[in-house]
Amino acid sequence: MDAHGIGAVDSATHRAIEAIARESYGRLVAYLAARTRDVAGAEDALGDALVAALTAWPRDGVPAAPAAWLLTSARNRLIDHGRHRRVQSAHAEAFAQMTDAWADAPPADALPDERLKLLFVCAHPAIDGSMHTPLMLQTVLGLDAAAIARAFVVAPATMGQRLVRAKAKIRDAGIAFEIPDASQLPARLDAVLRAIYAAYGSGWEDAIGADARSRGLVDEAIWLARLLNERMPDAAEVHGLLALMLHCEARRPARRSGDGAFVPLSEQDPHRWNDALIDEAERALAAAAALHRPGRFQLEAAIQSAHADRRRSGRTDWAAIALLYEGLVRVSPTLGARVGRAAAVAEATGAAAGLELLDAIDADAAASYQPYWAVRAHLAAATGARGVARTAFERAIALSDDAAIRAFLAARCAAIGD
Amino acid sequence: MRYALLVYETPELFEMRKRYDANEPMLAAWRTYYESLVAAGVYLGGDPLHPPATGTTVRVRRGERDIQDGPYANTKEQLAGFILLELPSLDAAIEWAARCPAAAIGAMEVRPLAEAVKDRIEGPRA
Repeated sequence: MDAHGIGAVDSATHRAIEAIARESYGRLVAYLAARTRDVAGAEDALGDALVAALTAWPRDGVPAAPAAWLLTSARNRLIDHGRHRRVQSAHAEAFAQMTDAWADAPPADALPDERLKLLFVCAHPAIDGSMHTPLMLQTVLGLDAAAIARAFVVAPATMGQRLVRAKAKIRDAGIAFEIPDASQLPARLDAVLRAIYAAYGSGWEDAIGADARSRGLVDEAIWLARLLNERMPDAAEVHGLLALMLHCEARRPARRSGDGAFVPLSEQDPHRWNDALIDEAERALAAAAALHRPGRFQLEAAIQSAHADRRRSGRTDWAAIALLYEGLVRVSPTLGARVGRAAAVAEATGAAAGLELLDAIDADAAASYQPYWAVRAHLAAATGARGVARTAFERAIALSDDAAIRAFLAARCAAIGD
Repeated sequence: MRYALLVYETPELFEMRKRYDANEPMLAAWRTYYESLVAAGVYLGGDPLHPPATGTTVRVRRGERDIQDGPYANTKEQLAGFILLELPSLDAAIEWAARCPAAAIGAMEVRPLAEAVKDRIEGPRA
């Protein structure tokens, strides 16, 4: 007997429920939440419907249209809940209109996909920036708070509380489920893209992907970017983000040697890169370029594309990469872009030029930014400034979470000699 | 949904009110803003408040009144007024808040009215 006292659920039901949850969870949450403006309420209602299915489907058979069954069940719960709560008078009319529209059975296959609106809600400026990614992961992908908390190195209970608070804000402040209008769209879309990219970034350190728990949310991030691509095919930066993530993902197999040692990009064997992902990335980049609206993610993707070109040409065009970084810094002068530019300029024109660019970065801002120190150490060593190099290597090692990277840096440091 | 737009002004903004009899641009801006709220059919009410020095803070602790001269918060930007609007969503409220003349120099807070709580206090509205 399980916690619900239902007894062993038969495997056909189990498979059906798992399949429906995987394929349709986000779509169902989005459809319900778009009509009630209450994401938490939609999730709860859908959760209840899934529990109801555990009893009904073994008894009555798995329905021909499982998504429609769940939707009807969840919708009925929401209507009852609304009656119980005596929905605030200002809302009552709107709610009545919504439920009247639901008098007919919900469309089964023709369920409108409201997930794009849900993504914009999750990344709304009225919601704390650090919660955009967690909200997307939970409401669109159905991840639980514990899984999200692990990826962001936050206590599960804390993440749970923050999610509850954020969803209450969505409901109580009246955030609407709509695509932002043209004047707001660029900024709002940028927030969505940054949130998806943040999910990708949470998986960076586990290059092999061997530890499933710490692989982070790479697959989820790419899934969200692909969803966004389907729903907003005319937005260049959306293609740019997908291209960027696919390029980075393509090189994952090459980032560690057979014995787990860190392999820097310049030493990676292109044959270990995933050609299919590179090809998909290049198609996305071409689609972006055809829209003639350059942006930060497209520039970052172009930089990765230039690196990937080594599989074809056998060399890296550092001058082109330095130029792309120049454009990126102008559009998005982040620490990452400025350090990346310094490294590229150093490769193209010499370590001294790269060091000059690093010197122009505010020391306080760079204090705990590992790549700054790794690049600085590398360039200082190249110019023979051993003391500076050693100090920078030590700083970089102290800031590295990954043992393989620490070992690599330590070996480079030792190689400086006296 | 109903929203309160709380207007927070700097000392500089409060000072401008002294010049409201002449053709002070801020007064003209406020007039235009008010008229557009009314024309849009979203305006429920609102009032400017006298400057913070005119405020009196009242607390009651252990049955005793604690009355202090001055506003509640000791911040540079102070509550200067409130506007009540009927709007379809938070984005509409943010849009109107951004258009308020005080937003460019001071700050606006957008807060939804807790109508359910009000219902429980007052009893259901007709």
